[in-house]
Amino acid sequence: MISIQGLKKSFGSQEVIKNVDLEIEQGKVVVIIGPSGSGKSTLLRCLNVLETPNGGVLSIDGQKLDFNSAVSKKSISAFRRLTGMVFQGYNLFPHLTTTGNVTEGLTTVKGLSHKEAVKKAELLLDKVGLADHKDKYPFQLSGGQQQRVAIARALAMDPKVMLFDEPTSALDPELVGEVLRVMKDLAHEGMTMAVVTHEMRFAKEVADEVIFIDEGVIVERGAPAEIFNHPKHERTKKFLSLLQV
Amino acid sequence: MYLNTIALSPERLQRFQEIASTSIGPLIEGAIKYTIPLAIIAFSIGLIIAIFTALARISSNKFLRAIARIYVSIIRGTPLLVQLFIIFYGLPTIGITIDPFPSAVIGFSLNVGAYASEIIRAAILSIPKGQWEAAYSIGMNYSQALRKIVLPQAARVSVPPLSNSFIGLVKDTSLAATILVAETFRRAQEIASMNYEFLFVYVMAALVYWVICFILSIIQGRIEIRLDRVVGKTGGLS
Ligand SMILES: Nc1ncnc2c1ncn2[C@@H]1O[C@H](COP(=O)(O)OP(=O)(O)O)[C@@H](O)[C@H]1O
Ligand SMILES: [Mg+2]
Repeated sequence: MISIQGLKKSFGSQEVIKNVDLEIEQGKVVVIIGPSGSGKSTLLRCLNVLETPNGGVLSIDGQKLDFNSAVSKKSISAFRRLTGMVFQGYNLFPHLTTTGNVTEGLTTVKGLSHKEAVKKAELLLDKVGLADHKDKYPFQLSGGQQQRVAIARALAMDPKVMLFDEPTSALDPELVGEVLRVMKDLAHEGMTMAVVTHEMRFAKEVADEVIFIDEGVIVERGAPAEIFNHPKHERTKKFLSLLQV
Repeated sequence: MYLNTIALSPERLQRFQEIASTSIGPLIEGAIKYTIPLAIIAFSIGLIIAIFTALARISSNKFLRAIARIYVSIIRGTPLLVQLFIIFYGLPTIGITIDPFPSAVIGFSLNVGAYASEIIRAAILSIPKGQWEAAYSIGMNYSQALRKIVLPQAARVSVPPLSNSFIGLVKDTSLAATILVAETFRRAQEIASMNYEFLFVYVMAALVYWVICFILSIIQGRIEIRLDRVVGKTGGLS
């Protein structure tokens, strides 16, 4: 489903992603962990080309982008439509209602009529448990509710892959569960997902694979039980021991 | 003797009353026929210029950025009065003759365009980067993200400074008197030159401007309260 080959990304002289290779099969959930600044966000942002990689080949659902040569804007936006992105800070559109946030992409990008878009938005908002909040504005919602709207907004575009960048780390602890529950449901429905998170329980219960990144390279990858209980590398051990405290 | 003529004798006050009743009509007519339309038309055209100028200034195209910067620099760096004189008295010498009112519209539009472009540019830049990214992430291109996501939010941010600009513009239109537009202040000049009651007539003209601006500031307050209600005090998200 997803294939990353030789991905490279630098900011100025700082190499943030160093030759990363990664495959994610259809319907699998991959959890990405690693220290702050190790390049987790950059990796996800390269996958939907919010950052333009300096090299490497990305392929999702058979569509390919080769960054070793020039890439057109048009092919980037076509490629971007394959992925849905959920941000740490939600990034909801504050001037639009809950429904408006979900329908905007449907009407503007997919060209659906307002009526069709609203119908689809209602289904999705129901799915993330926000049917009662469809006319509210983001500032009237809790962080957990906002993040669920953001998930519905991304799902509305029918992505092949969902990317989550620390979706719960801006949330108060009591609101984390409601967001993880929605993500779990998605995983069970067979959505292919790449999730940057330090929610260990989620990783253990939902992930098919855990990937540990440090300084822009994949240090270790494996089944959650393997990584968490028997990490092989010193760096992984050290990182996990810091997480446990 | 001299002191006597400028004293406020009962006869003089009587005269003021007559002047007031005969000149208030022309002054208000000047406001309704010229001052207000000039302000509204110039502001509307100016806003359109301002949006494109602001977009040019933040674009990645060097050429567009340079043109926009030069335009803003020229307009902001030269007196409005001089600009109006160039358009109305200067251009005819190279065969371009424009009537007073259109000349004023051109001059004031160009001015609003330059000053408001700075306001709009700042408003666009104040919208968090995450809003662009969220728009891109659902498949929008630059122009869709701009029109649907960023400009609507930037518009709300720019309402207070833009309404200040509009009120400023209403007062600035009095400069159009110098290029023969029969607006409020020119009417006052004409009336005063006949009866020589300069203080009284110009104070009346000032009152007309003040009433207009007072009403505008009330409208401005209403709009701002309304916008706060729609988006919430905080507006954008982190
Ligand atoms: N837009 C950017 N410009 C410059 N440096 C950046 C940018 N984005 C990220 N970085 C740098 O790249 C490194 C990796 O960042 P990031 O991918 O956000 O790490 P993580 O998500 O793992 O915390 C950090 O050192 C960060 O400072
Ligand atoms: Mg990050």
